[in-house]
Amino acid sequence: MTTTITETPTASPRQRRLPRLNPPLTAGLAMLVILLAAVLLGPLFSPYDPLKVDFAEALRPPGAVHWFGTDNLGRDVLTRVLAAGLVDLQIATVCVVLPFLIGSTVGAVAGYFGGLTDRILMRIVDILWAFPFYVLVIAIVGTLGPSTGNMYLAFTLVVWISFARIVRGEVLSVRQSEYVMAARLLGYSHLRIILRHVLPNAITPAIVYAMADVVLTILAVTALSFLGLGVQPPTPEWGVMIADGRNFIFDAWWISTFPGFAIIYTGIAFTLLGDGLDDLLRPKG
Amino acid sequence: MAPLLSVRDLVTVFESKTRPVQAVDSVSFEIREGEVFGLVGESGCGKSATCRSILRLFAGAPARITGGTIEFAGRDLTCLSEAEMTRVRGREIAMVFQDPMTSLNPTMRVGDQIAEGLIRHESIGRRAARLEAIELLKQVGVPSAEQRLDSWPHEFSGGMRQRVLIAIALACRPKLLIADEPTTALDVTIQDQILKLILRLREQYGMSVLLVTHDLGVVAQTCDRVATMYAGRIVETAETPSLFARPLHPYTIALLNSLPGGKKRSEPLQPIGGAPPNLADPPPGCRFHPRCSIAVEACRSTAPALLPVDAPHRVACLRRGAEPS
Repeated sequence: MTTTITETPTASPRQRRLPRLNPPLTAGLAMLVILLAAVLLGPLFSPYDPLKVDFAEALRPPGAVHWFGTDNLGRDVLTRVLAAGLVDLQIATVCVVLPFLIGSTVGAVAGYFGGLTDRILMRIVDILWAFPFYVLVIAIVGTLGPSTGNMYLAFTLVVWISFARIVRGEVLSVRQSEYVMAARLLGYSHLRIILRHVLPNAITPAIVYAMADVVLTILAVTALSFLGLGVQPPTPEWGVMIADGRNFIFDAWWISTFPGFAIIYTGIAFTLLGDGLDDLLRPKG
Repeated sequence: MAPLLSVRDLVTVFESKTRPVQAVDSVSFEIREGEVFGLVGESGCGKSATCRSILRLFAGAPARITGGTIEFAGRDLTCLSEAEMTRVRGREIAMVFQDPMTSLNPTMRVGDQIAEGLIRHESIGRRAARLEAIELLKQVGVPSAEQRLDSWPHEFSGGMRQRVLIAIALACRPKLLIADEPTTALDVTIQDQILKLILRLREQYGMSVLLVTHDLGVVAQTCDRVATMYAGRIVETAETPSLFARPLHPYTIALLNSLPGGKKRSEPLQPIGGAPPNLADPPPGCRFHPRCSIAVEACRSTAPALLPVDAPHRVACLRRGAEPS
């Protein structure tokens, strides 16, 4: 009897810890691994410096020497796309992780305690929600001055409300569940109940949204940088590169096109990842 | 000997947009040490509200205890602060819920959920808590407890989950176990096993049990004493044999008549006509009079008190002893 039970997969879950990958998750993870490998290792192997200007090599079309061609200042586009990838991924990570942490905390507190706490916190969220996303981000960055640090600040201030809303909604329903009641009946502290019983059951939509938010953030960062409000030249950044290549779009299409492809690739990777995580993390029976 | 739990004139009000609802209206009962006390009645008659009042946990519902005392082991629970109440919950009074399918946290292994209370309340180490959890799982009859400890709740059947919930409730050896319809969501065969388990554990741990149910069969099988509730009030209370041998309140009689398996198999079951009253607007007088077959004019205006018939058997009916007409 005992042996049959140990042999069934259900009885040995500690070994079953590796999640079963689903197709979108596998694809998303694979694309992300390739991207990270390229961005982290690429610059090490590249013979070129992303910042070094060499007018003799300017505006070379893609070929064996410069795979993605060179820009108007003679910089290797491939090297710059990879270097920019590191910059963009770093910014996107910070601009998603900070709002995720702040928003989830606020949402969990508001949803769990309800009442006046909830009303005050959610009214703040509503007020911020009333402004269009770009208007608020541009207003903050515009006021504080364009820099990477101010961009982190602007995104954090604006994006946390999405996470707060998502987590609060989930917490509101989880709070009513019997296992949370049971935890309270067992005399556990509020902090413990929130961390161990409420959040694990409420955080999944926020994680999935975070993946979608990475895509939105990369688009927003590139858009801001394109407008000159984000990352400042000569630091390579996809939006900056697209902006730089604009004037040469008919003569040297590659300058703007390859960073554009990089954005699309990254977007697809994170979207698939989010989709796969959604399937994987959805609470089981 | 003083009873373990003594509820006196408990009144619990649920606030609503329109008007407050008195879900528990002057309820009094006591539970002695080591006793199984049953609380029966239809849905919405205030059984669960009574339990939640004892633990002062209303799941976010806007409810308040507005009157009465709940004396537990020498203290009045209604006077305790929220922090003091937190220490009573789990350690001294534990509760088992109706629906085992939703009462376990789906994101925690069952062993961790059992051990959590031990680590919190008994301040013992992780390893000791784990051993204790295995012991508890064995106690509640979960086979191959060592392996099952690391399973997730969704890998358990309903009956097994209810056993796990009982193990969690027992972890800190409470003096009183409140079981709110612990078998309603289970098969009849499993139901029987769970009830026997509760009875055995009661003996073993010397705890008292407050068993809430709408099933008189369950009461007959398990309870030492029983109270019938109707529309927020206790209408009859007696020792179990006495209640079944000589039910006095027309509501209790009607409940018993509506049970299958009576003496005459050919007789159709007798349903109780009508529905329980809306507690936001209860009928005046005896709350059962609109559905009562022996009601008289006085029942419309006078609320009957819970009066003793013979010492432990008490009933709240103006027409007690009257034959159904």
